[in-house]
Amino acid sequence: MDINDKKLQVSAIENGTVIDHVPASNLFKVIDILGLDKIKSQITFGTNLESKRLGNKAIIKLADVFFMDEEINKIALVAPEAKLNIIKNYKVVEKKIVEVPDSIVGIAKCGNPKCVTNIENIITRFQVVSKKKVALKCHYCEKITDSEHMEIF
Amino acid sequence: MKNKHLVSITDFTKDEIFRILELAAEFEKNPSQNLLAGKVIATLFFEPSTRTRLSFESAISRLGGKYIGFTDASSSSVSKGESIKDTIMTVANYSDMIIMRHPVEGSARWASEVSRVPVINAGDGANQHPTQTLLDLYTIKQTQGTLDNLNLFFVGDLKYGRTVHSLLQAMSMFNTTFHFISPVELQIPKEYKIYLDKLGLKYYEYRDFSEIANDADIIYMTRIQRERFSDPMEYEKTKNSYVLKNSMLDNTRPNMKVLHPLPRVNEIHTDVDDNEKAYYFTQALNGVFTRQAIMTYILGLKK
Repeated sequence: MDINDKKLQVSAIENGTVIDHVPASNLFKVIDILGLDKIKSQITFGTNLESKRLGNKAIIKLADVFFMDEEINKIALVAPEAKLNIIKNYKVVEKKIVEVPDSIVGIAKCGNPKCVTNIENIITRFQVVSKKKVALKCHYCEKITDSEHMEIF
Repeated sequence: MKNKHLVSITDFTKDEIFRILELAAEFEKNPSQNLLAGKVIATLFFEPSTRTRLSFESAISRLGGKYIGFTDASSSSVSKGESIKDTIMTVANYSDMIIMRHPVEGSARWASEVSRVPVINAGDGANQHPTQTLLDLYTIKQTQGTLDNLNLFFVGDLKYGRTVHSLLQAMSMFNTTFHFISPVELQIPKEYKIYLDKLGLKYYEYRDFSEIANDADIIYMTRIQRERFSDPMEYEKTKNSYVLKNSMLDNTRPNMKVLHPLPRVNEIHTDVDDNEKAYYFTQALNGVFTRQAIMTYILGLKK
């Protein structure tokens, strides 16, 4: 048994999903995006945990919750390096990396106040023009919204 | 069949751009053709734009078509709070094509998605104005015989001027060398410099506009607008520093032409008008031919 297995056992879940490597500052955004405040399952989360890569990370453990890839993509905007461990019968059966998709539909708000999506009831659409430091080009107004000015619905 | 729209200059491939320029040349030779007979074209100007609207309406009339529409939002149901979507979906029932000018950025793309007839963007806020870009390209090709390897000078408001941004995007396909002359407050946005860097195209920036344009093939003048300045003192200081005067054209190349999307205020001195290098009024005339080309192409009347 390696160290990873031991760590997971601390508050082990029988079945569910562990979302790791969430930037601590964006934990509550992740909770919000995935609607975790509205689900009934057992959730434990830790934040301000030490992480070599992120400085401060957060981790979320969700009992009996599994995500579709489409849902996971949503958190890529606020937790681009998040990793998902899918747990079945106390074992990690699958690991998923959250990847910033090539295009984003809904989720983010266009940063341009003069954009039609901020004026009429339109589902936003973006082309991802930079994945590392996420930057989105609006399908409508063609302006770029960078990660600092990004608002998530 | 999926509708063809023209919302952004990037909606057209290079081949399509060339085709539009060819068609525009045909319309220049023979502007009165009955190609739009029986067609109704909607010209929806949610904000006033006399030149663009008249140019479109002239193009439609010379092709034997009819147009319906409004010239500013206050004379339409928009003033009652109707959404863009509802206006477009309604007007699409009355017309074969929609020409639309709207102050909101992205409104034309949105309109093209809800309309069952083709939409041509006649300007959506600071975003795109592709028919202006195509008429600029036509004018450049007409005066220079080519679009390749030219020295293009942009002068004035390079920050907010959408005609500058769209023309830059289009001309970047033709190995253009760009020269940007503007005050600091209105300099070309960084994203366009990154864009040109990526393409490996040369560009130069200047703050002073006096005798630097001697190797220009095209000088593209734009209007510096008072409302762009947070400090009115700064505007007063700046506005006269980017004025083109006739004496400045003495040592310019013989093939050089001065273009301007119009309206002009004082940025081109009227003493330039009689110089054969002044080309902005012919440029405006080219707008009619280019729009004839675009409309007949979009409607599939010209292939």
